[in-house]
Amino acid sequence: MPLPDQRASFARPAAPAAVLLKDVSRSFADRAVLDQINLTIRPGEFVAVLGPSGTGKTTLLRLLAGLDQVDAGSIIVPAVRSVVFQEPRLVPAKRVWENVVLGRRGAAARARAGTALTEVGLAGHADAWPSTLSGGEAQRVALARALVREPGLLLLDEPFAALDALTRIKMHDLVLQLWQRHHPAVVLVTHDVDEAILLADRILVLSNGAIGVELPVGLSKPRDRADPLFAALRAQLLAELGVGASTAAH
Amino acid sequence: MTDIVSLAQYALSPKQEAPAAPQTKGLVLVDLTPRARTSHLSAAWQVWRGRLLRVGSPLAILLVWQIASGFGFVAPEVLPSPLDIIAAFRELIAMGDLQSALPVSLYRSLSGLAIGGTIGLTIGLFAGLWRVGEEIFDAPLQMLRTIPFIALVPLFITWFGIDESAKIVVIVAATIFPMYLNTYAGVRGVDPKLTEAAKVFGLDARQTTLHVILPTALPSILLGLRYAAGVALLALVVAEQINARSGIGYILNNANMNQRSDIIVAGIIVYAVLGIATDLVMRVIERIALPWRPKLALA
Ligand SMILES: Nc1ncnc2c1ncn2[C@@H]1O[C@H](COP(=O)(O)OP(=O)(O)O)[C@@H](O)[C@H]1O
Ligand SMILES: [Mg+2]
Repeated sequence: MPLPDQRASFARPAAPAAVLLKDVSRSFADRAVLDQINLTIRPGEFVAVLGPSGTGKTTLLRLLAGLDQVDAGSIIVPAVRSVVFQEPRLVPAKRVWENVVLGRRGAAARARAGTALTEVGLAGHADAWPSTLSGGEAQRVALARALVREPGLLLLDEPFAALDALTRIKMHDLVLQLWQRHHPAVVLVTHDVDEAILLADRILVLSNGAIGVELPVGLSKPRDRADPLFAALRAQLLAELGVGASTAAH
Repeated sequence: MTDIVSLAQYALSPKQEAPAAPQTKGLVLVDLTPRARTSHLSAAWQVWRGRLLRVGSPLAILLVWQIASGFGFVAPEVLPSPLDIIAAFRELIAMGDLQSALPVSLYRSLSGLAIGGTIGLTIGLFAGLWRVGEEIFDAPLQMLRTIPFIALVPLFITWFGIDESAKIVVIVAATIFPMYLNTYAGVRGVDPKLTEAAKVFGLDARQTTLHVILPTALPSILLGLRYAAGVALLALVVAEQINARSGIGYILNNANMNQRSDIIVAGIIVYAVLGIATDLVMRVIERIALPWRPKLALA
């Protein structure tokens, strides 16, 4: 039997919320992409959002980031938020360390950038130009840039989708490590079911503008893909996403 | 299976003198095995041949030119010989004409470029960064830029007379547009995804401009500067046709009146050298200002 999740202790009803969404709606051209969403995320909780493309995952993330405004409802989030986008979005004209502490200069900023880069294993690349980095390295810089601000909420929008499978596995380990160290609330948007099960405390499936399913993941981290519970969860989620387990085996 | 084996054998046998690709059941194979590397000596020869030809072919042209002039195939009034042109340069330097003309012409083009470039840069930044700037300036500037600046010269003469200021105004008018267009395009061309990221990370408008937009737009701005510098030279040539009493244009005008084609060609060569020098300076500036750009080989 798997051990109970250590993070389950956060599930106390009295625990303060890091994210509070109440009846949040957002439409584009009269089409409700998000329709009266209600969602609470505890501080330090890792939530994964799954869903076929076009279901409003990015829209939800942009609302949480403050890059977009709700049409109706209320949304309360931590003051300090960070985003890792699908692309690294590094300023090509700035050195790696300058990108990490974007907008700040001086020795103190440089030292902070150095610490953050060490955490993602890129201390040696502080003075490199972004164009010289591989896709995985650039995305790790983006992670360092997101964490250097010590965000209360970390938003990840399919951050590993463009990476190769091996790099992605390393990134999963890294994200887990960083999350355990800094412990921000995390919303990870992904279309990779395994990724969601590997990382998240709770998985939401978004469909037709609403949260279709909410699934707590009661496995201790780090998780083993070979765990029968893992397989059961995967089958359940794939069915929820309308994909037969046989067609999605990969 | 046999196909793969035979292909492998084939690829591993460089001794075979490039046999025709084996054809099996309609499957056409090509030989991608690297050919025997060229020897050290022949590689060195190729490098030196390149260098020799690069220097040699212009020299050969000069030689043919000189010989043709020497045998009287080309009348010296039409096209003086290379040696005549060298003599003309000697004369210009000995008389001190070139030394006094160069600074005057350089001053005209550089001050015109500085004024026009600054105006173009300022308006370009204003229109690029602020919508209201675009609304005010973009339409009129896009209309004005279609006018060839040379067509404006008579107008400038009636406005500013035929003295120094008219010349500089021509250069200013010519350089504003390349600077404006490239600055505006550079600022507008910054990926909105970058500015969005800056917003997420709490940068205000000033910081975003300083740390994200301007550094990212700099290549385009410098390209505008390079174009403007080239146009400044062109405008200098045109401007110096206006009653020049000094500068390279003056040398050319004088030579024209005295039917000295050797000095005319020498003056044209000075303009050409200025053009090459301008381009070199701009490349150096780009190298220094854009260290993050992947360097092109031998650019
Ligand atoms: N700024 C926008 N303007 C118009 N339509 C949009 C905009 N952003 C998203 N949409 C639409 O909303 C829907 C959900 O988009 P998105 O949130 O990006 O989906 P997902 O990230 O789940 O793939 C899509 O149909 C998309 O076309
Ligand atoms: Mg998306």
